[in-house]
Amino acid sequence: MNAPLTLDRRRVLMGGGALIVSFSLGRATAQEQASAGAPSRPGSLARAPYLDSWIRIDADGSITAFTGKAELGQGIRTALQQIAAEELDVPFESLTLVTADTKLTANEGYTAGSHSMQDSGTAIQNAAAQVRDLLLEEASRRLRQPVETLRTENGTVVNQDGMRLTYGELVAFELLHVQAQSSSRLKEPATFKVMARPIARVDIPAKVTGGAAYVQDIRLPGMLHARVVRPPSYGAHLTDCDTSPAEKMPGVVKVIRDGDFLAVVAEREFQSIKAMSSLAVAARWQESARLPKQRDPREILTGLPSRDSTILELSDPAVTGQRTLEATYTRPYQSHGSIGPSCAVAQFTDGAMTVWTHTQGVYPDREAIAEMLGMPLESVRLIHVEGSGCYGHNGADDAAADAALIASVLPGRPVRLQWMREQEHAWEPFGPAMVTRLKASVKAEGRIADWQFEVWSNTHSMRPGGAGALLAAQHKAQPIAAPEPKPLPLPEGGGDRNAIPIYSFPNTKVVHHFIAEMPLRVSALRSLGAYHNVFSIESFMEELAAVANTDPVEFRLRHLKDQRARDVIEQAARSFGWTKDQTPPTDHGYGFAFARYKNLAAYCAIASEVGVNRDTGRARLVRAVAAVDAGQIVNPNGLINQIEGAIVQSMSWTLYESVIFDDTRITSIDWQTYPILRFNAVPDSIEVHLIDRPGQPFLGSGEVGQGPAAASIANAVANAIGKRLRDLPLTRQRIKNAIEA
Amino acid sequence: MMILKVNGRDHQIEAEPDTPLLYVLRDDIKLNAAKYGCGLGQCGACTVMVDGKAVLSCVTPLVLLVGKQITTLEGLGTVDRPAPIQRAFMEEQAAQCGYCIPGMMMRAQALLQRNSKPTDQQIRSALAPHLCRCGTHMRILRAVHRAARMMREAGNSTAGHGSPS
Repeated sequence: MNAPLTLDRRRVLMGGGALIVSFSLGRATAQEQASAGAPSRPGSLARAPYLDSWIRIDADGSITAFTGKAELGQGIRTALQQIAAEELDVPFESLTLVTADTKLTANEGYTAGSHSMQDSGTAIQNAAAQVRDLLLEEASRRLRQPVETLRTENGTVVNQDGMRLTYGELVAFELLHVQAQSSSRLKEPATFKVMARPIARVDIPAKVTGGAAYVQDIRLPGMLHARVVRPPSYGAHLTDCDTSPAEKMPGVVKVIRDGDFLAVVAEREFQSIKAMSSLAVAARWQESARLPKQRDPREILTGLPSRDSTILELSDPAVTGQRTLEATYTRPYQSHGSIGPSCAVAQFTDGAMTVWTHTQGVYPDREAIAEMLGMPLESVRLIHVEGSGCYGHNGADDAAADAALIASVLPGRPVRLQWMREQEHAWEPFGPAMVTRLKASVKAEGRIADWQFEVWSNTHSMRPGGAGALLAAQHKAQPIAAPEPKPLPLPEGGGDRNAIPIYSFPNTKVVHHFIAEMPLRVSALRSLGAYHNVFSIESFMEELAAVANTDPVEFRLRHLKDQRARDVIEQAARSFGWTKDQTPPTDHGYGFAFARYKNLAAYCAIASEVGVNRDTGRARLVRAVAAVDAGQIVNPNGLINQIEGAIVQSMSWTLYESVIFDDTRITSIDWQTYPILRFNAVPDSIEVHLIDRPGQPFLGSGEVGQGPAAASIANAVANAIGKRLRDLPLTRQRIKNAIEA
Repeated sequence: MMILKVNGRDHQIEAEPDTPLLYVLRDDIKLNAAKYGCGLGQCGACTVMVDGKAVLSCVTPLVLLVGKQITTLEGLGTVDRPAPIQRAFMEEQAAQCGYCIPGMMMRAQALLQRNSKPTDQQIRSALAPHLCRCGTHMRILRAVHRAARMMREAGNSTAGHGSPS
């Protein structure tokens, strides 16, 4: 990764080198794509190869880095700025970072799947390193001194006599408007000044002092406020609505009805809310009972037609086990539950639509919105502005579409649209329910001989590719049909994400039952299928360890070759004080779990202590100790923050959460009907231990903790009460029932 | 029209009397910190202080606030001159998305003004009305403890602005 590389600018200018200079383009645009047959470039440079799509330096020396990824509240803005500053050799504070904007940044698809550091971080790192080399080359040419005698420091190139040329003096448009090479002369990790340090997040000061920090805080001159009236249930049709009372209400500018799409726009926000309530009373809907009659994922999913594929099959007939265990695990539909309901601001002026949105994908969402409005792509611009944390595909894209549709009939006036709490809870695409069935046999010497794993699941992404994914487009008088759901391809997978065990077993069969039909609206929730698959595998490993009469940590290590996997397991066990003969306090239990996210990204092991109140059945995570390897660490504090958050959020999913519904409507529509973690159940302590891998690729850490946290807690509950619970969530009632059974 | 006292200043407000305080703060006075989260008093994102007590601004109509002193996060300090509670949250890096944080900070400020030395249990109880979805709870607790220490060291538990460190 640190192989020396000499960029020969003369060869470049002659067009004979690997760098291709493109003077013919008047201005750099972010969308320029790689030419066919180009060598593979690192990270997102493969999609957007021009260096000035990532790094721009102005003549006054000001530096801007660009990312097509969006800040979702996880600190990537800070981490990416650290990477750019490090490789450019400039102070952290001296550069500006621009995030996802269809007019300014490269198309990096969605900000999802823990890919930001891997895709964008890698692109920025390599682009910045190559820019630094180009600046050195340029200085060498001007000074007529060999490049080896020059170095970069603090935004300047310095020669041996201490003579300095600033980056601003050296730069010219054509210097950076070149395609990246496939490898770069990256800095040695030992010399890092900005990376691998806990630099304070750039967004926190505004957030804790009332600065404008979110799309919800945008206030444009003449801005109107809009609210939608969503149907009461999936597939409901608006049969009648007397809009005149709402239209006469104070401040109301317009009521918009387009098929089943109903919205109101007012001068002030609370006026729009009052008018929305009035419209909701006036609206008559024809509903249909199309939801499943019961809520057990087993009943819902295994009865639906599935497309079955065997995704792994290993066979060694010579190895057979003596003791066989079978178990079925389930996960309900679960909500993203963003604290801030989805919001967007849209403005339609002179035939051009601009939407400020907290979407995870400005480019795909632009395509969907342009299609919905029948507008050319070039006339629609999406700008990412932070919203509340999303944890996957929540209402963000739908709110952006709502705002755009409303703004399209009010030319010239910016429109701010925010969903109400009950709209977010009822209409967000949920994390899909899942069922897993496992069967394994253990040999006499305590090793697994065969392993069978089946998973039933819907798709885990219905993100906009086309307009049909957007509620507004589905509800219009001329509706656009929702796209066909598709399974996400392996190796990352969707419902089968992490379904293939990382452990080695002589006989292994893994089957994915993909279910196209979606009784509830579903899409991507943080870690997709990995949450349930890791919960299932890691629960079952502890069940099998008990059959083998072996300590569960030792049992895992026995089946695991990957040294980095072993390292996080051993680190978490050691820091927790895990011992083979440990005895937890009365009514407490210890549990362990591990996963490598997607079997190709970050590693995480978590040991937990859970306390159970035997009278109420209530379980509480008392303490958790995690060890993580996310490759080269960019910001250790940010990484710890992600893992702490993953453990706490996954604990809430695991102990409390399921979407509830009757045969027609979603009925979990607020925080009382969809309870989540509150402060009274927050752990006493969470410790996160980082294993740094200097110079190794960034692995991304946003989702790695979800599965291990769930299984670690479930295993601790089983250890505490002596009974195994296999249906999520591990509610007070289920635990109490198990204790009393 | 009514006069609303916010962060030590009088504001002339023209809004219907049933308008919840949250919308007046955000739309009329153009303050950002108090957030719409649920409109039902279930999540705490809209919390501000009224006469020193933490109040859910999304369910508090304007008509009840005549003559009261309203304080929002903006009234405690600024980026350049942060209050102890703000410095503490920055120093602990106690935010992920941060949307819930201003409400938490106002609840914590109200607690620390009446109890300069709360126990961990008292802080957890005080924050019970507040939801955080990112799972930043451990850092929030550390930040409130840190703010309590800072305010005690400053010798004045009702201090808004802290001295720079």
